[in-house]
Amino acid sequence: MIELNQVSRSFTVGDQQVAALRGIDLSIAAGDYVSIMGPSGSGKSTLLNLIGLLDRPSSGTYKLDGGNVTALDDVQQARVRSEKIGFVFQSFHLVPRLTAAMNIELPMILAGVDPAERKERVAKLVENYGLKDRADHRPDQLSGGQRQRVAIARATSMNPAVLLADEPTGNLDQTTGKEVMALLEQLVERKVALVLVTHDPVLGGRAHRQIHMVDGEIVSENKATGVS
Amino acid sequence: MLFPDLVKLTSSSFLSSRMRSFLTGLGIAIGIAAVILLTSIGEGLHQFMLAEFSQFGTNIISVQPGKTQVQGGNVGIFGSVRQVTLEDADALRRLPYVEYVIPGIAGNAEVRYEGRTRRTMVLGEGRDFSKAFTMKVQSGSFWTDADNEQARAQAVIGSKIQQELYAGENPLGSYLRIGGQRYRVVGVMESKGQILGMDMDDTVFIPAARAMELFNRPGLMEVNVSYRADVPADTVIGIIKERMIERHGREDFTIISQEQALEVLSSVLNILTFAVGALGGISLLVGAVGILTIMTMAVTERTSEIGLLRALGSQRRQVMILFLGEAMLLSALGGFAGLALGVGISQGLHLLFPALPVHTPWLYAVLAELTAISIGLAAGVAPAMRAARLDPVEALHAE
Repeated sequence: MIELNQVSRSFTVGDQQVAALRGIDLSIAAGDYVSIMGPSGSGKSTLLNLIGLLDRPSSGTYKLDGGNVTALDDVQQARVRSEKIGFVFQSFHLVPRLTAAMNIELPMILAGVDPAERKERVAKLVENYGLKDRADHRPDQLSGGQRQRVAIARATSMNPAVLLADEPTGNLDQTTGKEVMALLEQLVERKVALVLVTHDPVLGGRAHRQIHMVDGEIVSENKATGVS
Repeated sequence: MLFPDLVKLTSSSFLSSRMRSFLTGLGIAIGIAAVILLTSIGEGLHQFMLAEFSQFGTNIISVQPGKTQVQGGNVGIFGSVRQVTLEDADALRRLPYVEYVIPGIAGNAEVRYEGRTRRTMVLGEGRDFSKAFTMKVQSGSFWTDADNEQARAQAVIGSKIQQELYAGENPLGSYLRIGGQRYRVVGVMESKGQILGMDMDDTVFIPAARAMELFNRPGLMEVNVSYRADVPADTVIGIIKERMIERHGREDFTIISQEQALEVLSSVLNILTFAVGALGGISLLVGAVGILTIMTMAVTERTSEIGLLRALGSQRRQVMILFLGEAMLLSALGGFAGLALGVGISQGLHLLFPALPVHTPWLYAVLAELTAISIGLAAGVAPAMRAARLDPVEALHAE
């Protein structure tokens, strides 16, 4: 489903070209659970941003569902992001002045989904993620785990094919971190491709495919069989 | 994105920082209130002036002897001016569309009744005076004699004359000495008050032919012609001019129509209203700077939120519309508050000082509101464009 072919990304820092990604070849299928690990500066976040269409490769091609998405313009890329990609961030990134329910609804609002259908979907997500009595609370009235659950509910509200998680447990204690991971891993069973960026080897070790990056290159890929 | 959602999202950010939104909106509100207040006073003044000038009626054309013009050379014998006479007035009376013709002449004379004297304005007029001009006779009536030398010595007096010379006594039928001649009082005018500094109540009206004799003048000072309201002034002016040239052989008279005079006055007053409105507009500009400031701050504060919106699939255009919507909401609400404030203050002023003419022109109110919204739009464009142009990756990592 995701196919990266010789993808490179370099940034201009001052008058120097710094390569963040060098010749990445990677393919991810529906229902894949991939973790990307590596030290900071290894390019794992850049790779995630590229897959999430927030960034464009300097060279190489990126095909999503068979279509070359690198060739799309901003408006088309935004539509692909809206329909196929979900994001979960380390710092949750909830809109502080909107209620939990409104935060979950936000991607559907932006996509112009019919209000009646939105309401139905939000109700279901709130139920599924155990936020029923917190739906009308603002983010600052929620615990870290609840906030990340809202963020996951939001990321899945448009039924994306790919879910990109950047250190989703980085701001959580261990117990809540595990709960959050369990929720994300449930999605894999529903054939969502989950891409997890982390520098925690324990967390990364839970993925079926473990990719290690150093200096913008994939140095190894391990395939594990057991998921907790 | 659907429109109700746009409203919901923009108003959520508006409501989340109430104090700030209030203060920013206040800037616009003060500007709009200033525009409304100043134009209300300007428009009130406008209407007051027009009413003052048109209270005698508007469909009146005045013919005066002499031609206002500048020309070189000696005009010789042709330069002399023929008087406008009672015969001219009679001739005009027979023209189409003409309703009343009132020959007019004014002067000063001593008025005396039973030992009390008063120097006052004496107006020589025609018998149809109170019909042509909107001035009512309180008791009695105008004389009915034709406007010629046969007119008997009859007078209509102003309310102040009655008060001063008669001390409340009924003057009808009494004899009043005007410049040494005896006049029989046939009517008393209703009080009209001062008009542009002229006390219309301190006046005595006598037949024009009598006044010419009294002041020893060979002609009239003017002839006022009232015409049917459904006929344009220019048509009547043309007809009068033609007849007068026919009688005088050339154009040695001046025709002034009330309608034209009012038009000129009105356009001058319109400029005045516009000018004070523009003055108020300066404070609107200050309000616009306030919106620009607050929106620039909002973009900076919410950079990571903008990144999030982009990650959730919103286009640059949507981000821009959200910020523009916020700026417009601020200015529109401020504008409405200003509208209420401006109308409230001007009506309050009117209650406190009834003499101060105040009138809120609704066109200006609507224009002010539209201006407020466009100001919000204009002030919001730069920050909104900046928000839309942000790189999503960088924006997401901004704290």
